[in-house]
Amino acid sequence: MNYFPDEVIEHVFDFVTSHKDRNAISLVCKSWYKIERFSRQKVFIGNCYAINPERLLRRFPCLKSLTLKGKPHFADFNLVPHEWGGFVLPWIEALARSRVGLEELRLKRMVVTDESLELLSRSFVNFKSLVLVSCEGFTTDGLASIAANCRHLRDLDLQENEIDDHRGQWLSCFPDTCTTLVTLNFACLEGETNLVALERLVARSPNLKSLKLNRAVPLDALARLMACAPQIVDLGVGSYENDPDSESYMKLKAAIKKCTSLRSLSGFLEAAPHCLSAFHPICHNLTSLNLSYAAEIHGSHLIKLIQHCKKLQRLWILDSIGDKGLEVVASTCKELQELRVFPSDLLGGGNTAVTEEGLVAISAGCPKLHSILYFCQQMTNAALVTVAKNCPNFIRFRLCILEPNKPDHVTSQPLDEGFGAIVKACKSLRRLSHSGLLTDQVFLYIGMYANQLEMLSIAFAGDTDKGMLYVLNGCKKMKKLEIRDSPFGDTALLADVSKYETMRSLWMSSCEVTLSGCKRLAQKAPWLNVEIINENDNNRMEENGHEGRQKVDKMYLYRTVVGTRMDAPPFVWIL
Amino acid sequence: MGKGESELELGLGLSLGGGTAAKIGKSGGGGAWGERGRLLTAKDFPSVGSKRAADSASHAGASPPRSSSQVVGWPPIGSHRMNSLVNNQATKSAREEEEAGKKIVKDDEPKDVTKKVNGKVPVGFIKVNMDGVAIGRKVDLSAHSSYENLSQTLEDMFFRTNPGTIGLTSQFTKPLRLLDGSSEFVLTYEDKEGDWMLVGDVPWRMFITSVKRLRVMKTSEANGLAARNQEPNERQRKQPV
Repeated sequence: MNYFPDEVIEHVFDFVTSHKDRNAISLVCKSWYKIERFSRQKVFIGNCYAINPERLLRRFPCLKSLTLKGKPHFADFNLVPHEWGGFVLPWIEALARSRVGLEELRLKRMVVTDESLELLSRSFVNFKSLVLVSCEGFTTDGLASIAANCRHLRDLDLQENEIDDHRGQWLSCFPDTCTTLVTLNFACLEGETNLVALERLVARSPNLKSLKLNRAVPLDALARLMACAPQIVDLGVGSYENDPDSESYMKLKAAIKKCTSLRSLSGFLEAAPHCLSAFHPICHNLTSLNLSYAAEIHGSHLIKLIQHCKKLQRLWILDSIGDKGLEVVASTCKELQELRVFPSDLLGGGNTAVTEEGLVAISAGCPKLHSILYFCQQMTNAALVTVAKNCPNFIRFRLCILEPNKPDHVTSQPLDEGFGAIVKACKSLRRLSHSGLLTDQVFLYIGMYANQLEMLSIAFAGDTDKGMLYVLNGCKKMKKLEIRDSPFGDTALLADVSKYETMRSLWMSSCEVTLSGCKRLAQKAPWLNVEIINENDNNRMEENGHEGRQKVDKMYLYRTVVGTRMDAPPFVWIL
Repeated sequence: MGKGESELELGLGLSLGGGTAAKIGKSGGGGAWGERGRLLTAKDFPSVGSKRAADSASHAGASPPRSSSQVVGWPPIGSHRMNSLVNNQATKSAREEEEAGKKIVKDDEPKDVTKKVNGKVPVGFIKVNMDGVAIGRKVDLSAHSSYENLSQTLEDMFFRTNPGTIGLTSQFTKPLRLLDGSSEFVLTYEDKEGDWMLVGDVPWRMFITSVKRLRVMKTSEANGLAARNQEPNERQRKQPV
């Protein structure tokens, strides 16, 4: 099979970087499997319980970069109890014992402790990059260990984590010899920041490209920081409240003009909107703008800012922009690829919310749009049909109508036809979340047309088991299916057990599946972990003949090669 | 559930959606549903679609209309973003109210408080830690309308007598009253200024706009914690261990 020496093949493999492709390579033949595993440096593990660190290291002993994901996606919405699992410590301990040359660690939805951060910082001499997304369980003391001990630290990127801020001096724990920082993101920290330590750190980091500040960094500090980091590419502004006539503001304006490499802007966690004009000079270079946490920026100031951003590819915004604002985006941002519109008011229909008109305007004006997340008050089938016609290139389409089960507000019909049009037109669709009033019909469409669909989020939808069956039978590439409050039960769950071997996971909560259904599934599929999460009850379900018919509140199942996990809390029952 | 009568106590008053009330363990006591309230979940609200109507048990009192902010985990916004959103709205409402010169609602008008809580100031999930328990929990303040509610929820969360539950449950045999200072534990909270106070001293509505997180603290350690209306220099700032 091999006409070339191994080193040549390995060299060719070096050009293959995507996980999917490398996994495919390793399946070609034994020889390629062997070459591939010794040359693989980056490994992605979508479910930390699908495998254990020992097996990972046996197969990939030259590991340098590891990505791990823990809790299921619905944990973001507080549907998964905190103690459920996803602990990173055993992984770090195993990696440390094996003396692998770890350089990068990326974690999502995992429980990270100060102890594990300390161990991480001491165990890997070449450790360079730590990215934590939606993690919890640690404090700024853990960050201090990373700062103090990782001599070649390049990236410290903390995105939307829950970090106990001890208001300590973690920033001053970076030694004076640390000059290698490229990314520093601590926007999610709630406490005070040592501004002097921060300014010194930024001043001695000539490679710093991405800096995202928390709300404790005021405008005058921002001005000084930008003055010593004009090379900045990605900036997250902390607090932005000041008097437009002040000296700090003048200094800021001068500093901003020098930041000619700035491409991405975010933050404005507290903002005085009339000071935004300081950023107008660099807006024409911006490709990414995230104002989704800037509740105080809306109206004409927001519009004026956006009108300067002609090259924007990514925009995250609050729905206070309104349909009119979205029309401005549609006419200005012709390069737009990704749009996210978040709700700004959960208390019920403000007249500043967005409707189907804004969505249609965007689809008409932005031909390159491929990813959308849109929270709105109302929708129509007609609008969705138009959007599908305008934008057949969607890869990710997530629409959330805030009121569950809401029909087409003009015709009072379910939104089956609208979403049907989306899946039929968008042949590359990989991710879909739908909402509003939906019957089994929408699932018929999804099963029929959504051939590339990998992730589907279902809530308050469908009428019978047929709905779920359409999806399981039709979507050959389904990887993650998550369902809540929908009338799917044991019949759908058990129809094709082998399907779950091709999927990463299935989540079902407040549906119609029963305990006996789950037990039967677990029996038929020993390579699955079927977890029942019953937080409020007392897990007495196993005693009693009647309990078989009792509905399961939350079920989470996933394929695994390492069997039942040992770290599950008492309220999680693994069948 | 087919157990011996002595082991099972059915709850009166607010009933669960199907099934019986919490089992009382052999050590007796604690966590009896009785006629007390409990943490409401989406199951308590009438389903919007008729297909789910049969599942909801009847519940005492008029059911509030289901809005998106009352269903657990809905709308699907990440908790980090949600907390930021509710904090913004809370401070905005508080600011608006101050400017309008409205008075703070007192605790002797419980109905109005509930209405205002549900109608005006969403609060979201906040963290609760308890001394001696390694892992914290989270509680949804907007699902509660009074200190009694909240106290009951926390008692159930941390002091269930279910064997094997995380925490020190086996030690406690009678229901704990976290609010009246009669038990080994008291309920405290950290406010927006970073001070730790005893829960219960201010009107409920004022509490929910200023609370950042909760801690169930040993009474012995809580000495020195101030009530809100004391002078600032009398307050002793305590950081949780």
